Amino acid sequence: MADGSAQPIHRALGLTDGEAEDITAILGRPPNHLELAMYSVMWSEHCSYKSSRRHLVRLPTEGEAVLVGPGENAGVVDVGNGIAAAIRIESHNHPSFLEPYQGAATGVGGILRDIFTMGARPIALMDPLRFGPLDDARSRWVAEGVVSGISGYGNAVGVPTVGGEVVFDDCYRGNPLVNVLCLGILPTERLVLGRASGDGNLAVLLGSATGRDGIGGVSVLASAGFEEGSEAKRPAVQVGDPFEEKRLIEACLTLLDAGLVVGIQDLGGAGLTCATSETASRGGVGMDVDVAAVPRREPGMHAWEVMTSESQERMLAIVTPEALDEVLRLCDRWDVRATVIGRVTPSGRLRILDGFDGEVLADVPAASLHDAAPSYDRPCAEPSDRARRLADDPGAPAGGEITTALLAGLCDTSWIWRQYDHQLFLNTVEAPGGDAAVLRLKHPTTGLDTGRGLALTTDGNHRWSALDPRAGTAMAVAEAVLNLSCVGARPLALVNCLNFGNPEHPEVMWQLSEAIDGMADACRAFGIPVVGGNVSLYNETAGRDIDPTPVVGLLGIVDRLERRPPGVGLESGDRVVLLGPAGPASHAGSAWAWSAGRQGGTLPALDMRVHSAVAGVVRGLVAAGVPSGVHDCASGGLAGALAEMVVAREVGARLAGIAPGALLHEAPSRVLLSVAPGRVGEVAAAAGAAGVSWADLGGAGGDRLVIEGVVDIAVAEAVAAWRDRLPSALGEGVASA
Amino acid sequence: MAARVGVVLFPGSNCEHDVVEAIRALGGEADIVWHGDRSLGQCDAVVVPGGFAHGDYLRPGAIARFSPIMGAVAQHAAAGGPVVGICNGFQVLTEAGLLPGALQKNAGLKFVCTTASLRVDSTHSVLTSAVPHGTVLQVPINHFEGNYTCSPATLAALRAGERIVLRYLDNPNGSMDDIAGICNDGGNVVGLMPHPERATSALLGSTDGVPLLRSLLATPSAVLEV
Repeated sequence: MADGSAQPIHRALGLTDGEAEDITAILGRPPNHLELAMYSVMWSEHCSYKSSRRHLVRLPTEGEAVLVGPGENAGVVDVGNGIAAAIRIESHNHPSFLEPYQGAATGVGGILRDIFTMGARPIALMDPLRFGPLDDARSRWVAEGVVSGISGYGNAVGVPTVGGEVVFDDCYRGNPLVNVLCLGILPTERLVLGRASGDGNLAVLLGSATGRDGIGGVSVLASAGFEEGSEAKRPAVQVGDPFEEKRLIEACLTLLDAGLVVGIQDLGGAGLTCATSETASRGGVGMDVDVAAVPRREPGMHAWEVMTSESQERMLAIVTPEALDEVLRLCDRWDVRATVIGRVTPSGRLRILDGFDGEVLADVPAASLHDAAPSYDRPCAEPSDRARRLADDPGAPAGGEITTALLAGLCDTSWIWRQYDHQLFLNTVEAPGGDAAVLRLKHPTTGLDTGRGLALTTDGNHRWSALDPRAGTAMAVAEAVLNLSCVGARPLALVNCLNFGNPEHPEVMWQLSEAIDGMADACRAFGIPVVGGNVSLYNETAGRDIDPTPVVGLLGIVDRLERRPPGVGLESGDRVVLLGPAGPASHAGSAWAWSAGRQGGTLPALDMRVHSAVAGVVRGLVAAGVPSGVHDCASGGLAGALAEMVVAREVGARLAGIAPGALLHEAPSRVLLSVAPGRVGEVAAAAGAAGVSWADLGGAGGDRLVIEGVVDIAVAEAVAAWRDRLPSALGEGVASA
Repeated sequence: MAARVGVVLFPGSNCEHDVVEAIRALGGEADIVWHGDRSLGQCDAVVVPGGFAHGDYLRPGAIARFSPIMGAVAQHAAAGGPVVGICNGFQVLTEAGLLPGALQKNAGLKFVCTTASLRVDSTHSVLTSAVPHGTVLQVPINHFEGNYTCSPATLAALRAGERIVLRYLDNPNGSMDDIAGICNDGGNVVGLMPHPERATSALLGSTDGVPLLRSLLATPSAVLEV
């Protein structure tokens, strides 16, 4: 950590003067360098959530199915048949901007460890991605590198990537977002928590040797924005090895199956400092760590480097002395290095020693690294131009703009997900590219098919959140609910990844606070508990914050998985039916408004009651096999959804009686269905019973997409726009950097 | 029927459970065989499954060929026993010299996971013996190094011996002569890039892998008499 300036060392480590004084008060003496380094990583924004903690408590976290809520390595919910699902989402935004391949790859690795730490086998990944515009060379380089990194690591580690999202927008030009969600399943009785207990038990470090990669990643990278010269931070990006991780997964799950560990914890941000102090403080005990015993990749490493390194593919297992030999034997079978590096003590103190009987290098209360971390009530301020902006309605598109907007919104994402193994484990019923992924639910140890399914979606819309973080975030949750309905699933639990700018900007804190309230409102209305989350702040470059981008991951259940969901697409000869409100609404926050440079107005209203009713009707119809195609209206509105249905199966449509003002706005609670003429009555009956409005908009078929009086284009033209978007920008068959 | 299939597990393999599940669903028996063992135990047939054996370090299959179990696999093959390498397993069999040629990086230099249309071009193999010549099958592919290549002499021998078992209708990786799968002279050792085990359930999108796996389950004893 080169530091040419004369500033005090705590500042170089990212600690404020006040925080340094707090540490001195806790210890009753000034901290030494190692102790300061340990506090600096644990009290970083990334690890301590010091700016967001007081806001996050407003999220609803309780629910019947919830086994483990926020605060552990992953949320865990009961999904029936003796099976629990563990789910978590994280960001790896900053590393991915500097080193796209490794940044994304290690993001995948980190989230996997969070899941198998809970005793769960990871069965699916999802990647919500945000990049700068496709006409920007650096953004293309980042996008290609990130996708290669996810592909390279996820495929090799043997966990399918079953979906995600991608958005290209100017606000991510200097700060892409790489969020990674992982889902795992475990037999309910095997649930393990990351805690140490039992005086004399041993802490065994599993996996890779510790190197100098990723030192201070959480404090240097994740807790500050980018400026000119950010490349100098590259050594803080870790390097991943999926083969090591694969063996680590198998070894850890074998240890857990055999009941050989008391507790287990992954080493992620803040490395050994975090893993040792967290297991100790959760278990209400202390730990002596022999830093000299930690296997190293290179000679000459200082204790503070070993304790804060973020070298990948490492786990810490707490085992009884009696179990040690068997643990070492099983690890050896998988060629996983296992070394005793610590002992559980009753003291409550985390001591770092040079040999168990050697010099004491650090001695701090283990819990203070977490519990005593500062919590800031940072100033929140509504933007001064908010009222003016809300009143600045974007108006409506002229007739001729609709075709252009419709074509511009089409993007075949298969260029991305064809690079991901999305089929491993024989679970993937609905592949990426649909509204939500659907996975068969098989028992993790017996393999028995339950006849039910898990559904998974991620959603976020920066335009909506930029305009109104509270309403926009509620709409993102609502969209996720509707996406699950489109595959016949009901929502079970939500995780969130809150990507925001610099929390020291009062407007950013206001955005964060509002977004959390919007998420809380929607989750309460829909009865969805929040079981985990991740907050990524300082997403700014050269003083420019990204648009607030809360992303939600929603897990749902398909109660009877008897057939494949209908998918996005039209069947020739079907009727095209709209469920939900049909009329014009404000175009505020829509893709059209943004492209026209009109970033004002008030978002269309979300009526939670209407939304729940629409979601329920769609879920019921899909479960009953009524529609042959289904798609919710979200980004791009009704016209966008229709165009996506047309290109999916290259079947045209002719619609009539739709006002131009109803085509591109992005009001919630609307779903398009492709329904055989003989089954429209079933749709009408279900909608009528639920008090949901519906309309027969026209017929599917032919080789043109016609909205009478507004749009008339060849299906082939739409298909070409859709299919060529990414290959023409990112290249086909080009070697990655 | 009810043949017993040994599915080889290397560190880094990841399709072993999928193969076991598919074989069992078809009425066969399947057991995992650890790469460090020297014996296959009681197996009628061997499947070397997909994944990244030994992390694909150096190149796919380059280290796996030295795993202790490979001696037993070679003996089984030499005795006429069925051996099928799927994806990474195909790469392992070529590295081990049980099949000719090699698998290079895809022509597009990208990983490709999609469903490919395959045509059965030879029934002289344990994997295609029960599938009519010319049958078109929809089977997933999932690889970065699936671009088959070999010397002109080898290609001529493969053609002459009707040893090109499966061809792509729309070549996804640049492989020579659209080759998706080949077999040895005896037809008892087969390597293919597509994953038949991923095409065994209508719920998952295709059942076209079923006739291939059924062929394998139906033929071991007949081949052993060769």
